[in-house]
Amino acid sequence: MKTLEELQAIRDRMKTQMASRGAADGDDIKIVVGMATCGIAAGARPVLNAIIEEVENRKLENVKVTQTGCIGMCKLEPLVDVIVPGKEKVTYVHVTPEKARRIVASHVVNGNVVAEYTMNAKA
Amino acid sequence: MEELALNILDIACNSVAANATKVRISVSADTSKDLLSISVKDNGRGMDKEFLSTVADPFATTRKTRKVGMGIPLFKAAAQVADGMFSIESEVGKGTETKATFKLSHIDRMPLGDLAATVVTLIGTAGEADIVFSYTVNTQNYVFDTGEIRKVLDGVDINSPEIIVYIKDMIDENITRINGGLIL
Repeated sequence: MKTLEELQAIRDRMKTQMASRGAADGDDIKIVVGMATCGIAAGARPVLNAIIEEVENRKLENVKVTQTGCIGMCKLEPLVDVIVPGKEKVTYVHVTPEKARRIVASHVVNGNVVAEYTMNAKA
Repeated sequence: MEELALNILDIACNSVAANATKVRISVSADTSKDLLSISVKDNGRGMDKEFLSTVADPFATTRKTRKVGMGIPLFKAAAQVADGMFSIESEVGKGTETKATFKLSHIDRMPLGDLAATVVTLIGTAGEADIVFSYTVNTQNYVFDTGEIRKVLDGVDINSPEIIVYIKDMIDENITRINGGLIL
């Protein structure tokens, strides 16, 4: 059973890690998932949860996962942006939890854009 | 939408967009009354009477990207096809409460779905706002409150993947416990 006491222990460990890593948020890779009605209906929530799980399983500390509202390309949802500092934003379309895991492994961890899932591949 | 948890997420996102600092989601099932009730209540900016009267209309929306908003009409339709009721009460400056009921055993009643995933997704979109999630099945009740979690976390980001995954499992375990074998 998950408890608040155990959460406290996780907190203490994370505080120690944060202190050793220092604050350098500007260097973080950002993953942004579209989460308006269109995204939600198209399956964005399991995509977001898969990304968070993958980031956690791989213990990626320099990755921030966030959400955004509708950006007007509803028929391409679920949409995921990957923003690597100093590089152009990459937009993935029609993302599924399986594609999302591959995007984390290939693009976020190893720096290789998964070209076949990008918006430009579909256009 | 394939599950009510997705409707709840969508409706609660409206609360966050209305600058609520507290969003309370209640899900309550009563098998003897054959009734499922869902409420999303916030202390956001609220809506005036004129907008409120049009809000269940797909062509009423505050969004700038398009002229249609489907979130509330979809939730309302989900309740109506399952012999339920739908209502929204709102007051400018006070907040909004969206309620839907469903006949629990109705064949067209959508399954609740992954409520834990909905709550943690909402936490991710809510910024500093607190989320309270109350889950009741007959006499059993579980309440999850991000205010309580934030106190424990003492400054550690609630949206760190490790914390979010832990919280999601915690909510899942409690829902399973409250369900006591029922599939809702």
